[in-house]
Amino acid sequence: MIDATTAFPPARGSSGERLATAAVWSSALLVVGVSVWMLGGLFWQGAGRINWAFLTTEPANAGRSGGIAPMLASTVLVLGVALAVSVPLGLGAAVLLAEFTDSGSVFGRLVRRSLDVLAGVPSVVFALFGNALFCQYLGLGYSILAGGLTLACMVLPVLIRATEEGFRAVPEDYRRAAAALGMSRTGTLWHVLLPAAAPGLAVGLVLGIGRVLGETAALLFTSGYVDRMPESLLDSGRTLSVHIYDLSMNVTGGDANACATAVVLVVLLLVVNAAAGWIARHWMRGKRISE
Amino acid sequence: MSPSAKDRLLLGVLRGCAALAGLLVVVIAAFLILESVPAFRNVGWTRFFSDPAWHPAPRAEAGQFQMLPMLAGTLAVMAGAVLLATPLGVLSAVFCRYYAPPALGNAYRRLIELLSGIPSVVYGFWGLVTLVPLINQVRPPGASLLAGVLVVAIMILPTVALMADGALAQVPQEYLRAAAALGLSRWTTVRAVVLPAAKYGLFTGVMLETGRAIGETMATLMVCGNIVRFPQSVFDPVRTLTANIALEMAYALGDHRSALFASGLLLLVLIVMLAGAAEWIGGEPARD
Repeated sequence: MIDATTAFPPARGSSGERLATAAVWSSALLVVGVSVWMLGGLFWQGAGRINWAFLTTEPANAGRSGGIAPMLASTVLVLGVALAVSVPLGLGAAVLLAEFTDSGSVFGRLVRRSLDVLAGVPSVVFALFGNALFCQYLGLGYSILAGGLTLACMVLPVLIRATEEGFRAVPEDYRRAAAALGMSRTGTLWHVLLPAAAPGLAVGLVLGIGRVLGETAALLFTSGYVDRMPESLLDSGRTLSVHIYDLSMNVTGGDANACATAVVLVVLLLVVNAAAGWIARHWMRGKRISE
Repeated sequence: MSPSAKDRLLLGVLRGCAALAGLLVVVIAAFLILESVPAFRNVGWTRFFSDPAWHPAPRAEAGQFQMLPMLAGTLAVMAGAVLLATPLGVLSAVFCRYYAPPALGNAYRRLIELLSGIPSVVYGFWGLVTLVPLINQVRPPGASLLAGVLVVAIMILPTVALMADGALAQVPQEYLRAAAALGLSRWTTVRAVVLPAAKYGLFTGVMLETGRAIGETMATLMVCGNIVRFPQSVFDPVRTLTANIALEMAYALGDHRSALFASGLLLLVLIVMLAGAAEWIGGEPARD
C-alpha cells in the first residue's frame, strides 16, 4: 500500500491542486457534519426517554406516551419467521451455487442473475407481492406470518451472497483431502465445508437481521399497524420501524416517542452491524471473505 | 441409504432450494402482472398517461388514473439525489484512500458503514422533524421535492461511497507507484490515473444508488408532501410512485388496487432496465 500521506509531493504549486484538496476535505467534513447533526440530534432528543419502563410497557394514548413492548415483541417475531424460512432456503441455494455448480453452468448463471435482480427490487414491490400472495391468496391477512414471509424473500439475496462467499473462502485442499479419504459429498459438506464456512453464514445472517430490523415499507400492508401485544403469528403486529413511521406521520405529538424508538432501533442495528464486522474480522482468522 | 443415493438426494434438495430462490423474482413479476391485469383491461394503459388527474376509484369508469406526475416525482427525486450523492460519495472514497492519514481514513470508513446500516425510516424521521421545518422557514410548506432530494441523497451516499472505495482498492499498486515515480501530484494521480482505472466499479456504484433512489419509499413518503402535481420548483411538494403505493394500498379496492400493482410493475421494469443498462455499458456486473 502506498502511504497516502508521504507518497505525493506536498500540495503547493497549482491552484487546481489546492482547489481539489479543499474539495476532497470539505466533502468529507460535510458528510461527517451531517452524520453528527443527524445521529447527535436523534440521541440528544430521544435517549433521555429510554428507560426500563419504556421498553417493557404497552403504548398509551396512540403511542404518545407509554412504551414499546409490543413493538419489540412483533419485531422479534417477524425476524424469527423471516430467518426460519430464509436461512435453510438460502443455505441450500448457496451450497449449490458454491459447491455443486461450475462457474460457467447455465443454471448457476441464471440463478445468480436472478438473485442480482431480486437484490435491487424496491421494498414496496415486495410489499405488493407479499400482500397479494401471503395476505390474500394464502389467506393469512395482515399478520406477522405474512410480514415475516415477505421479508424472508427480501433477505434471500443478501444471505445467499454472503454464505456463498463463505464457502468460496474454504481452501480447495479441504475438498481434496476429504475426497482422498473417500468421504461422500454429503459427509464432506456436513463435516468439513459447513464448519469451515460458518463465518460466511454468520455474516449473511447478521446482515439479513439488519435488513429485517430496518425494513418498514414491506411491512406496512403485510404485517400491519396493530399496536397490541401479538398473541400468535396470525395476529397483526407493528414493528419498531413501522411504529416510528406511524408516530411521526399519523399521530400529532408522537414525535418524542418516535425519536426514542428510533434511538432504540439505531442502537440495535449498530450492535448487529458491529457483530457482522467483528465476525468478518476475527472469526475468519486469515481467511479472506469480502463483506 | 447408500452414500451415492444420499448424495443424489442432497443434490436434489439443494437444486430445489436454488431453483426456488432463482424463480422468486419471476414469481414476483408474475404476481404483479396478474394483479395489474384488471387495470390494464378496464382502465387501459393509455389512460395512465392521458387522464386529466389521479383520482382513483374502485371502478375504472368512475376514476381518473394519471400517473405521470408521480413518475415525474420519482425521477426528479432520483436525479437530484444522484447528482448530489455521486460527487460527494466519490470524493469521500478518494478522501479515505488518498488524502486522509490512514487512521482517519479508517475511522471515516467506519462512519460510512455505520450510515449505510441506518434504516430509511430513521432518515425519513430526521428529515421530517429537522429538514422540513428548516425548508419551511425559507419557503413554505417545507415538505417538498428539495427535502426529498436531500434526504435520499444522504441515504444513498454510503452506497456509492462504499462501492467507490472498493473500486479504488482494486486499482493496481503499480499504477500508483508509477505515478509517484513520475512525480505526479496527488490530485493529478487521482484524476488521471485512479479514477479512469476504477471507472467500471464507480459506474456500478452509481447504478446501485440510482436503483435505491428509485425504490426508496419511506424517506420520500415522509418528507415530500405527497401532493400529486408536477413540481414547478424544488420547493413544491411531490408524490413519488413508491409513496403513492404505500399511501393508498391500505384502502385500495378493485381497479384502484390493480392500478397500484401496475405502478409497482412500472417500478420493477425501471429497475430491471437499469440493471440491464448497467450490464450493457459496464460489462459483467461486479461480484465483490
